[in-house]
Amino acid sequence: MTRTTAELMAFAEDLYYDLDFKSVKRWKVKTGGHAIGFMPVYAPREIVHAAGAMPVGIVGAGDWLEVIRGDAYYQSYLCHIPRSTIDMAESGRLDFLEGMLFPSTCDVIRNLSGMWQIVKPDMYTRYVDVPQNFTDGVGGQFWAHELRTLAQELGERTGTEVTDERLRASIALFNENRRAVCDLYSLRRDEPARAPTSEVYLMVRAGLVMDVEDHTALIREYITAARNITPPELDNARVIVVGAFCEQPPIGLIKSIERSGCFVVDDDLILISRWFTDNAAETGDPIEALALAFVHDSVPTAVMYSAKAGRGKAVVERVRVARAEGVIFAAPSFCTPALLDQPMLVAELDREGIPYTAFKFAENAGQFQPIREQTGTFADTMKLWSVA
Amino acid sequence: MTNIPPPPMPGTKPILDPKSVVKDRSMEFQKELIGSYYDRLARSPETGEKTVATFVPGNLAELIQCFGLVPILPEINALQSGMRKQSGHYITEAERMGHSEDVCTYVKCDIGMFHEGNVGPTGAVLPTPDHLLLSYTGCFTFMKWFELLREEYGCPSTMLQVPYQARGEITPEMKAYVVKQLKTEVIPALEKLSGVKFDIDLLREKLTLSARAEDDLVAVLEAAKARPSPIDAYFGGVYYIGPIFTAFRGTQEGCDYYRVLREEVEERVRQRRGPTTPEGEMTDERFRLVVEGPPNWTNFREFWKMFYDEGAVVVASTYTKVGGLYDRGFRHDPSDPLGSLAEYCLGCYTNLSLPKRVELISDYVEEYGADGFLINSVKSCASFSAGQLLILREVEKRTGRAGGFIESDLVDPRYFSGANIKNRIESYLQMVEQKRAAGATA
Ligand code: SF4
Ligand code: SF4
Repeated sequence: MTRTTAELMAFAEDLYYDLDFKSVKRWKVKTGGHAIGFMPVYAPREIVHAAGAMPVGIVGAGDWLEVIRGDAYYQSYLCHIPRSTIDMAESGRLDFLEGMLFPSTCDVIRNLSGMWQIVKPDMYTRYVDVPQNFTDGVGGQFWAHELRTLAQELGERTGTEVTDERLRASIALFNENRRAVCDLYSLRRDEPARAPTSEVYLMVRAGLVMDVEDHTALIREYITAARNITPPELDNARVIVVGAFCEQPPIGLIKSIERSGCFVVDDDLILISRWFTDNAAETGDPIEALALAFVHDSVPTAVMYSAKAGRGKAVVERVRVARAEGVIFAAPSFCTPALLDQPMLVAELDREGIPYTAFKFAENAGQFQPIREQTGTFADTMKLWSVA
Repeated sequence: MTNIPPPPMPGTKPILDPKSVVKDRSMEFQKELIGSYYDRLARSPETGEKTVATFVPGNLAELIQCFGLVPILPEINALQSGMRKQSGHYITEAERMGHSEDVCTYVKCDIGMFHEGNVGPTGAVLPTPDHLLLSYTGCFTFMKWFELLREEYGCPSTMLQVPYQARGEITPEMKAYVVKQLKTEVIPALEKLSGVKFDIDLLREKLTLSARAEDDLVAVLEAAKARPSPIDAYFGGVYYIGPIFTAFRGTQEGCDYYRVLREEVEERVRQRRGPTTPEGEMTDERFRLVVEGPPNWTNFREFWKMFYDEGAVVVASTYTKVGGLYDRGFRHDPSDPLGSLAEYCLGCYTNLSLPKRVELISDYVEEYGADGFLINSVKSCASFSAGQLLILREVEKRTGRAGGFIESDLVDPRYFSGANIKNRIESYLQMVEQKRAAGATA
């Protein structure tokens, strides 16, 4: 029986609000598998999967966990995601994880990897130092070695050796998942009223706590269901939302942007689901395949070095591909990567005459009205321009 | 086990001797060195010398010298602007241009300074760099900073990615990766920029000089184990590290400076003299502290005064290790030139894991016989600050000594609340006093 979008949303919403990770725990009981957490932005999920574990995205606790212990770890001038993450760790919510990966996203996550070693001494903890050099034999080779070490350590931890065959199979599954997510993004881009971002986001985010094959099926099911609805007729402004690649805005904020008269036709949310712009090779040495996919086909984002000037060009290209009318910069407060990146993107938008507006948020922000007014005014202005 | 005599009875004599406000030879020497560097930099458009901007942690001073290039150090420019009370204005200018209030103020100070005429600390206009050498170690902001500068200056950039010591060790693969980048990216870029062919023997010569100066610097820093400490290893320490962290590592002048400084400090130890402060020599050492975190530069004197007025001397600091942990044994090594440059980049303080930082601070507390340790948490710097509250608790737990926590910023005067910080330091020192008294009677 196929489910409606409303039913699928109810399912995804349950996962979204479940800070006890019940779905992962059920999966562990059912399969006997392990669970390895990872923080944003990128972690090689294929390797975790090939080691017989579910890669579980830990992206903060949103606005429905009252953070108490976490504030004892962080000064007021640091972003919110590390404090809710360590709060979850301290309260035992993450004890179902056998390990935790901390990618080299920024200094906050980097330092959290060391804090974890102190706070959770019995948990497998690994810093994932992604390359910022994109030459095959230099950064690619370094990264391949990192991936090999990770594969070996995870295999020892889970008791499931990461063989080439297993890893190739995992690569194929994640390629398939990425294609499904990209199809969903294309559907939203082409018919945003049919697949609003408040739904697309929850569908994609569900993949952080689901088996990859089940998630691919979920996305496909949603696409089919969305194609069957009669979308509302809305004359919204088309925007892309940039900067929320790590700490996530609460769903209420996403809804507020939409209700203010915007179609979000591209975004940075749960970026790992679309990290490679092409499939990783499913033949040959699978570690090499992942390493080369990373150095050749990673999405341009604030946490990756761009070897050439013109950082803002990529955002202009995104605007063009998404046929967007403007850009909303939505960065977490105190987010060094997003906020240092923004002026370079703004400069390029100015050069191209593309309108934008900017605000900051925190994952636990409860007040959306000012943002709704800001994005509403922005949408109205763009509509006026397009009529003029 | 360290063999440190018990502290003298505090509060029995005046803390400072105002008659002794004289400049040591090393201070003049240091001023000359830094002045000559800025002159050379300012004159580079006339002399035709090419410039390369780079960061202090992981700086490749000797390599840059091999190509006859002049380094530009944006962090040093920013802190100098802070000390000259220019930074507030530069930061406001950068924020007016659209830079966020939430990011590192060094970056905004640097960009604001460029837009306000790029006047350096000697009053001369500084050139813009011909190349950006991004020694990417210990700080994420570095990467974005140079991407931003590249947009401003339109000059090329080279990235040297230095892996993070997440597990507290340097693996052969990490070292090999850095060496490979030196060979395939950095050296070719500098050859192209300068037109000079790389000469590994010249690099060896410079590394020999580096190691010599490093020996002397370590002797200076470790002299703080004496009682009284002849130096302040934080407020004075930032002056001592100036030449070696910037343009003078690998030079004869650098070696000469550290020899003079070492002799002076050793003489102070022999005479059992305390450290020099802006208001005279400290004659009564009442508190020995270890400090973690960078200083505040906008109110540097005022900040320092809060310590020396109370007879508090900093005997070891982590900030003076951002440009290398020489006191833990690292030396540039002429027999492994590129390998030792790689190890240097990998080993800077901000590239250490958090557990290693806890270990280092705890060791300093023990080795230097400190009464306590204080964290100056700066708003700008997530690299330092994220995790410091845990560091505080862990070091307290391990050493049993009192930890203090204050907050300020590097170069943003809006985040230096003098009265607040003073209060906190005073209460902290009272707590140290109580703990010490309790320890003495126990
Ligand atoms: S929100 Fe930004 S600063 Fe905070 S952890 Fe994520 S990337 Fe780092
Ligand atoms: S974030 Fe910290 S280490 Fe990085 S540039 Fe700023 S002050 Fe320096």
